[in-house]
Amino acid sequence: MDSARREWLLNSALALALFVVPLWAWIAGEPFIITLATRVAILAIAAVGLNIALGLGGMVSFGHALYLGIGGYVAGIAAHHAFNGTPVLGLPGTNQMLPVWAIAMLVSGGVAAVVGALSLRTSGIFFIMITLAFAQMGFFFALSWPAYGGEDGLPIFMRNQFPGMNTNRPWDLFLIAYAVLMAALLVFALLRAARFGAALMAIRQNPDRAAAVGISPFGIRLTAFILSGMITGLAGAMMADLTRFVSPAMMAWTMSGELIVIIILGGVGRLFGPVAGAAILVGFEVFFGGVTEHWKLWLGLVLLAVVLFARGGLIGLIAGRARHG
Amino acid sequence: MTLALVLEQLLNGVQFGLMLFLMSAGLTLVFGVMGLINLAHGSLYMIGAFLCAAVAGATGNFWLGLLAGIAAAAAAGALIEVVVIRRLYDRDHLDQVLATFALILILSEGVRMIFGPFPLYLNVPDLFRGTVRLGIVDYSLYRLALIGFGLAVALGLWLLIAKTRLGIRIRAGESDREMIAALGVNIRALYTVVFALGAALAGLAGALVGAIQSVQVGMGEPVLILAFVVIVIGGIGSIKGAMVGALLVGVIDTMGRFLLPRAFALFLDTSQAMGVGAALASMLIYLLMALILIFRPKGLFPAHG
Repeated sequence: MDSARREWLLNSALALALFVVPLWAWIAGEPFIITLATRVAILAIAAVGLNIALGLGGMVSFGHALYLGIGGYVAGIAAHHAFNGTPVLGLPGTNQMLPVWAIAMLVSGGVAAVVGALSLRTSGIFFIMITLAFAQMGFFFALSWPAYGGEDGLPIFMRNQFPGMNTNRPWDLFLIAYAVLMAALLVFALLRAARFGAALMAIRQNPDRAAAVGISPFGIRLTAFILSGMITGLAGAMMADLTRFVSPAMMAWTMSGELIVIIILGGVGRLFGPVAGAAILVGFEVFFGGVTEHWKLWLGLVLLAVVLFARGGLIGLIAGRARHG
Repeated sequence: MTLALVLEQLLNGVQFGLMLFLMSAGLTLVFGVMGLINLAHGSLYMIGAFLCAAVAGATGNFWLGLLAGIAAAAAAGALIEVVVIRRLYDRDHLDQVLATFALILILSEGVRMIFGPFPLYLNVPDLFRGTVRLGIVDYSLYRLALIGFGLAVALGLWLLIAKTRLGIRIRAGESDREMIAALGVNIRALYTVVFALGAALAGLAGALVGAIQSVQVGMGEPVLILAFVVIVIGGIGSIKGAMVGALLVGVIDTMGRFLLPRAFALFLDTSQAMGVGAALASMLIYLLMALILIFRPKGLFPAHG
């Protein structure tokens, strides 16, 4: 069985498992497991976003928690104003998911455009550090801005609504997250297969050659970076709704690190890498977190082993190395 | 707002900057010589602080604690260099970031397992208790001692790099590692020594700062991020850049937090001014870093000009 077929089978198994496990939990009446699966799906959406920049474009953004946090705060602020009945920037607050998602993607895309345009002037370690610096700016801004809770964070008293669904039921919320995850994966697959994806990967492998055949590295990279920020921002809005709480911790640098870890554990640039990685991370936290309070020690050891000895992540381990770099 | 208060804040800024320099010097050396991003540098700072607090607590002697902190950080540095870091030198930055992120998880949990979840407290040594009169300001003697200590270590480090055989090898390693290996220098041993030296400086900073902060797991990470800001501003690999960057970051951060809320209070009401001023002040150094990277993408003093 060749590796492309094995990867296809593995992807199908992952997509199916992420649906069947919470379905079983729904029937068995285990809401905790449904919520865990929802968390996996939302983290996976955030990582799909980062995978566009990091996996396809080779841009090591160490600041993607910024977009997660922006999305989260958009949802939190909209719900806050809807709850109080006060306007924000002249608009009424809202408790509907669809407009919140649209605004979250717009705002995080706008911020990603500015951050990307400035950061892409640098490369290598400087790119890593400048993306980190921008995320830290957001983190400290959220931490010290008192209007929306500052370091205490902002609770969401009423979860945002979705037409035709009751978002207070875990199973309904899971279905929404699962559908968005599948849509995000479809966007990733279409991008990768399109001329845009080919150009982006060509630039990652050799920017000079790509430029020589008439591809402008800056424009393509910036577009990918913006798309990447938008998808992660969407995940942030959903994460805020899941936990019904937004805090600066969503923008902390460790969160940026965790998003990269998810991609690495699953497999860089692989379509289902973020799904596998998010499942491993959440599974690890729940399983080992129940056994020992020092589960992060074991996570660190596993991560170290993956980086040193199994560079393709879980999908690379099962389906073999990617066909090209 | 009095002149004495401004002067005191300025001294605090310099003191903070010099402690940042101790952290940054190791980070920038390791990057300059080995080309490695080491996120676990903050964990070495934490190890230095914990060992110092534990030994000083047990023996009642701060200076024994300080020695223990430095030695433990250097030993931990040498150990992780040999076991893990050595395998990362010819990997890309992404692998280095991840592997050292994993090391942070391991070292933080390791310290939590050994010392427990509660913060330790480290007292200022008796010798430096109290304040001292400097012209118009009463200043903490310990903080003044930290300034002196920082300057002395900086001078020592400069002498080491500029005047000794080890320093010559370090500088040669920065400019051409194949060449000095070909000339018969044991490059692997040199790397271990440089890493342990950087770790010892981080441990020293952790132990010294531990006496004015609580010693707890996770204390290294905020300092680590600031040290990255410092070396990126100063130019990665340059000790001089680290010194200038550290003082800039220390003074701008401290003065920003002190002055900006007061400046906004001139035209906003007090509570609003406090909010806006504090928010802007905490972003100030990241803004500075972004500006410097945009206009001088290799920092103020690029090491490989």
